[in-house]
Amino acid sequence: MRDPVIIGLLPDQRRLHLNDGPIDLILEATGTRGAVHCAYEAAARRFVTILDELCAELPLLRTRASATTPQPGGSIARAMAAAVAPFCESCFITPMAAVAGAVAEAVLTTMTSAAEPDRAYVNNGGDIALFLAKGQRYTIGMVERPDRPSLFGSFELSAAMPVRGVATSGWRGRSFSLGIADAVTVLAETASKADAAATILANAVDLPDHPAITRVPACEIAPDSDLKELLVTRSVGSLSRREIAQALAVGEALGRQLQREGLIYAAALSLQGSVRVISPPGPCFALHDTSRSLIHA
Amino acid sequence: MSEGMPADTIRCDACPVLCYIKRGQTGACDRYANHDGQLIRVDPHVLLDRAKSQGTPLVPFLEREGEWDGKLMKSKETFLTAIGAGTTYPDYKPAPFIVSSEVEGVDLVTVVTEGIFSYCGVKLKIDTDRHLGPERSFVRAQGETVGHVTTAEYGSQMLSVGGVRHLTGGTKSEGRVTCETLLDLCNGKEVELSIDEGASLRVAAGQPPIVNGQREERMRVGCGSATIGMFAKQWFGKVDDVVVVDDHITGVLSEHQAGKMLGVRETGVFIKGRRSTPGRYFQVANPGTGWGGTDISDPLAILGPFKPKFAWPGLRLLMVSTTGEQFAYYELDEDLRPIERDLPEELKESVARIRENCEPALTTVLFMAGAGGSLRAGVTENPVKLTDSVKRSLTRVTCGGAPAYIWPGGGITFMVDVTSMPENAFGYVPTPALVAPIEFTLSKKDYASLGGHMDYIRPLEEVLREKERQREVSYPSENPWPLRPPVPGGTRE
Repeated sequence: MRDPVIIGLLPDQRRLHLNDGPIDLILEATGTRGAVHCAYEAAARRFVTILDELCAELPLLRTRASATTPQPGGSIARAMAAAVAPFCESCFITPMAAVAGAVAEAVLTTMTSAAEPDRAYVNNGGDIALFLAKGQRYTIGMVERPDRPSLFGSFELSAAMPVRGVATSGWRGRSFSLGIADAVTVLAETASKADAAATILANAVDLPDHPAITRVPACEIAPDSDLKELLVTRSVGSLSRREIAQALAVGEALGRQLQREGLIYAAALSLQGSVRVISPPGPCFALHDTSRSLIHA
Repeated sequence: MSEGMPADTIRCDACPVLCYIKRGQTGACDRYANHDGQLIRVDPHVLLDRAKSQGTPLVPFLEREGEWDGKLMKSKETFLTAIGAGTTYPDYKPAPFIVSSEVEGVDLVTVVTEGIFSYCGVKLKIDTDRHLGPERSFVRAQGETVGHVTTAEYGSQMLSVGGVRHLTGGTKSEGRVTCETLLDLCNGKEVELSIDEGASLRVAAGQPPIVNGQREERMRVGCGSATIGMFAKQWFGKVDDVVVVDDHITGVLSEHQAGKMLGVRETGVFIKGRRSTPGRYFQVANPGTGWGGTDISDPLAILGPFKPKFAWPGLRLLMVSTTGEQFAYYELDEDLRPIERDLPEELKESVARIRENCEPALTTVLFMAGAGGSLRAGVTENPVKLTDSVKRSLTRVTCGGAPAYIWPGGGITFMVDVTSMPENAFGYVPTPALVAPIEFTLSKKDYASLGGHMDYIRPLEEVLREKERQREVSYPSENPWPLRPPVPGGTRE
């Protein structure tokens, strides 16, 4: 039996929680009371049809993207296909790699079309679409392991930056990864673009055939996974400093290439406590060490 | 089943994704799972879990238009803990707070900080008599040394895990694994440990330990000799001899001092094993999972023939293990051979009593750390005055609201039972070091006199208004409420 859609304010009475099947959004808008209310109502009304729209085209969205695959019909599905298109020549990727970002983006667009908040975000399990009115800022914290929510860095995002999407991918997350990165966080123009690029970069951080890494065909865990027979990472044993550096270097090189091609703005790659940052072109980006806000014993 | 799916795969119909879920796996939502072929709902996703664990039902949005300003929490019943890492991604970790509240007419100040502790570790008490490893042996996690075996206690083995030497004094990998191990232990998760020249363990705070794959159920009431001492009077007159089988010391009533005192007659029982003192035998068998932690399943295996000079036909013998889980009753026949009989009613009670005196075996985790100079400086301009105030019980120290034991002597070195703290109270920084909450509560008057940061005090109500960063949890009723006016010179809780 189908579960009902959840639409409710969180106990803080500020953030809205939307859930339907595997889609779980937490969003917040700030601004005038009227604007916030309008934005939330629009988000809720848009949300309720999303899962059905996507499921109608699910087989196509789970198929490897290529220059010849047919275009999907739905607007979110089209954004997913567009976000993965730049990668489909060189890698295995399906439009599903951008589903979380594309859903976040769609809900955010609905909110900002219906009202004019000061700022707003839609967080879809770590893939975030953002809106910033002129002069507004957000501080984003980064978590490398969802089971241990400690921040490994944070950054300030201002309206002037060409970034409206943040996404994180890694083998510890909800989706399968072909790589071994604990977390790759990408800043990009849109959430769907960030989502696709984070997937690609997290896959790239890897040590092929390393004995300490356990990999299993995706379909053995989830029979209908879009990754089918591809080996996905299930555990990563302790790696030496040299191996960590080697794996991160591959991801970093690809990240710099994506940055040159304008596909990402910046990224942070984390593996077993080591972090590589691909800084944006300008001087405005800083990866803070969060320990400054704590007192050392 | 359809489309050639294996028989143990089911199709979830909770949403239109219609996931195929294999046995033991969850669907795309992580919320539905295949448990032995049945579709079940499992714990929600971390993010939602945190939202829901705040205890208030989600307010239906569309039915309550324009009403999301909500009322304030009641502040009098609220204690602000220092647990800050518990906010939802991608929120920010809050800075330390200094808050005031009035309780029973006294203005109290609570200084709330999260400390980064490089000097920290846990003491593990593992309720088992099994040999876990020689004292001073290394304790390893994922192959890295994270601690050592320390002095055993009565009925329990003790491990010391963590500490500055493992966190920052060894290789980077040693530090990282130590930090992970501590974090998991402190947050109540199970960890796998191995001891050099010893056992492998799976332990979690408040859970029975698993030693070499074997789950420990009960602590024994004492060794075999101690058990004889405790129950000799209850057995006297109801049975002629009792052998308490134990891996460490097996006791014999008729030879034991306690039996002699009561005037128990010699029975000619013969125990295979090394006699220590009268009625106490070492090494009656090898260690194992049978009777009393030995490898035997038939207790008669440890007995030699009864000595005809002392034994007599009809002699009544009780054999029982130190946990009372195993027992057997025998009477000697004409040839002085023990024949098993039903346990007489009058002995059942004593066997049951041994069993009920064996407490459940648990692993307990005490977090131990020292609040150093800079942390104390965050509380007052003159850190030594804080130490002094804590020693004089003018200042109460809590960790996530849970009572902490303060070691006598210099500094503020404290211990806290991690199971008395709210869930996931601990975090870490990649230094590596653990992040733990610590709160200092004292009267506003005392806070001023020890050079407190009076300008930074904010009323509790004001802090509570910043709700986005807060998670409300219910208070464990067994903990004393941290916001009681401290009693000068009073006992420490």
